[in-house]
Amino acid sequence: MSGQFTMDDLVEIMQTSIGLDDGVDLGGEHADEQFTEIGYDSLALLELAAQIKHRFGVHISDEAALDEMRTPREAVNYVNLQLTVEAV
Amino acid sequence: MRVSNGSSAVDDAVVTGIGVVAPTGIGLDAHWQAVLTGKSGIGRISRFDPSHYPVQLAGQVPGFVAREYVSGRLLPQMDIWTHMSIAATDAALADAGVDPRDMDEYEMAVVTASSSGGTEFGQVEMTRLYQLGPHRVGAYQSIAWFYAATTGQVSIRHGMRGPCGVICNEQAGGLDTLGHARRLTRTGTRLVVAGGLDASLCPYGLTAQYANRLLSTVDDPLRAYLPFDVEASGYLPGEGGAILIVEDARTAAARGGEHYGSVAGYACGLDPPPGSPRPRVLRRVIDAALADAGLAPGDIDVVFADAYGIPAEDQAEVRAITEVFGPRGVPVTVPKTLTGRLYAGGASLDAATALLAMRHQVIPATAGPIRLAPGYDIDLVRGAPRERALRHALVLARGYGGFAAALVLRRS
Repeated sequence: MSGQFTMDDLVEIMQTSIGLDDGVDLGGEHADEQFTEIGYDSLALLELAAQIKHRFGVHISDEAALDEMRTPREAVNYVNLQLTVEAV
Repeated sequence: MRVSNGSSAVDDAVVTGIGVVAPTGIGLDAHWQAVLTGKSGIGRISRFDPSHYPVQLAGQVPGFVAREYVSGRLLPQMDIWTHMSIAATDAALADAGVDPRDMDEYEMAVVTASSSGGTEFGQVEMTRLYQLGPHRVGAYQSIAWFYAATTGQVSIRHGMRGPCGVICNEQAGGLDTLGHARRLTRTGTRLVVAGGLDASLCPYGLTAQYANRLLSTVDDPLRAYLPFDVEASGYLPGEGGAILIVEDARTAAARGGEHYGSVAGYACGLDPPPGSPRPRVLRRVIDAALADAGLAPGDIDVVFADAYGIPAEDQAEVRAITEVFGPRGVPVTVPKTLTGRLYAGGASLDAATALLAMRHQVIPATAGPIRLAPGYDIDLVRGAPRERALRHALVLARGYGGFAAALVLRRS
């Protein structure tokens, strides 16, 4: 399955499944901040990976979830990389 | 049969703050007003459609909006029971005038009671498991369901890293947390978030509770839960409870904190197994709590009864009370007739109500058209609140499985 995974997609998943405070702009001022610095722990990242897998069909290992997606922007980039790889 | 108690008659643990989220209302004032006016929180279950269930009535917290108390980021990782507990804890800390940031993190602890944990959260995840498979179970199930989830979230929220824990003694647990909080203040903990709530009004929760066959299936909210009544038919479940802030009396005084009262005496015990020739334990637990408080039965001004609403249980409680205090020897009341039995929240709320009663010097009335069963020689306060000089209150609680606890509270 190919296609773009956008910051909006990430925000939507965070809002509906992980938890997001009103007024927190993940794609804006926090895009390059570590998830751990903005209050998300490893459990949140594992849940994020599970949701991405369910909605976009991208497989993300636990190691990748914790090491390759440390900021919102890194997460978006990593998912798109996987989508490209899996489309080949 | 085992009975244990505290070891000192010095009042070293005081209750400095109370937060209530209960069928009687959200907030201490709302709760007390409802209790005083006999406004019931029992009604037809609205959390889900109870039409096909044998029990359709419960005590529900009115108008609780979790979003008002818990941020968007944290909401999805908790059950509603934890949402309510956080609301009650924040209120209790505000009531106590305490900012946890002003205290050393290892001098504050959280010990709550829980009877069912995050039932509704767990039900949703189990549904996903059975219908969609294991990979669709959310990661937060690992931290939202278990009994200590509320203790954990409260501990994290307020930075309380002292000796935390959870007590799972069903309806008796709330008193056990207060006894334990006193124990902790004697060993270096300055402040303990104690008490507890439960919120198990979902299909899974109700089914689990119904399995003990002790719930009343009478469909009249005024007649379903009538403890000590000649037609007592069981009890109704409810959600909510109370959080109480227990502090070391000396450090509370040093910071200028006012308090409602002190934990003057506490004891707990466990019944022998059914069919045993040994007597049940409540009588000895009451005796032990009084001894722990350094008081005689005549010093107790009011008893907040456990009130199972099951004839055999009511009989046992009446016997224990009359053996200690004599026939009609002390006013007895059951404000939980307005809420149902709240499991971990029940005894916690009773302790809160007892402290309020002593503050206002009035015994709240037991609700419902109760006609005492023959031979029940207790002075049950019914019809209207009774003004009385109140200095010491005894709160009783029994939990399914044989738990029994008694708490003596002394007015400040």
